[in-house]
Amino acid sequence: MTTFLLIGAVVLLLSAFLCLYRIGRGPTAPDRTVAIDILGTLIVGFCCIMALWTGQDFYMNIAIAWALLSFIGTIALAKYLEGRYYDE
Amino acid sequence: MNEIAAQILIGVGLAFDLFGCIGLVRLPDVYNRVQAATKCVTLGTCLILLGTAVYGVSAPMGIKAVLGAVFVLLTSPVAAHAIARGAYKSGVRLWEGSVMDRYGEEKHPSRPPDGRTEPAQAGEPLGAGRELR
Repeated sequence: MTTFLLIGAVVLLLSAFLCLYRIGRGPTAPDRTVAIDILGTLIVGFCCIMALWTGQDFYMNIAIAWALLSFIGTIALAKYLEGRYYDE
Repeated sequence: MNEIAAQILIGVGLAFDLFGCIGLVRLPDVYNRVQAATKCVTLGTCLILLGTAVYGVSAPMGIKAVLGAVFVLLTSPVAAHAIARGAYKSGVRLWEGSVMDRYGEEKHPSRPPDGRTEPAQAGEPLGAGRELR
């Protein structure tokens, strides 16, 4: 199981680097916002891998809190991108 | 038995995560990227969380994993929808190979579709004048 979790961590790290490429390269601001949202969701998965690896369940608290904060941040960035339609 | 089931769930979830991020890099447009990445990564992370619950280290970890899976499944599509709407309203153009723009046609019927200089002629099929690449 430890080898499997190590492979999983490496795959998630590779995915995170692909997201970082899009954050750095992305031609417009919504590209970067999408990549940040996806990176947050990947970190939730990484917290699961770490919880299974160490056997401690406080990593799941981190996962839930990270999902919540990532959602709020993404909604705030999307409303900022919308611009002048705050009253809708 | 639990371990094998958890490994299958986590492995499929990891594959979906990787494919979603490849789509995030390879696709040509914000709207293509948001659909590919959000669908794949939502399903992948939910499967990883369910695999954590199935593996069964302890009861609190399983309950929190199921709670996190439900939460990710509910919030991630909402966030993607908000990003796509914000991107459209902030004026990000569609990819020039896109063949239709139903949202723009519904919101602004008089404006020509994206990527055109003159309005569409009556009776002309949608997407005429532009070629798929």
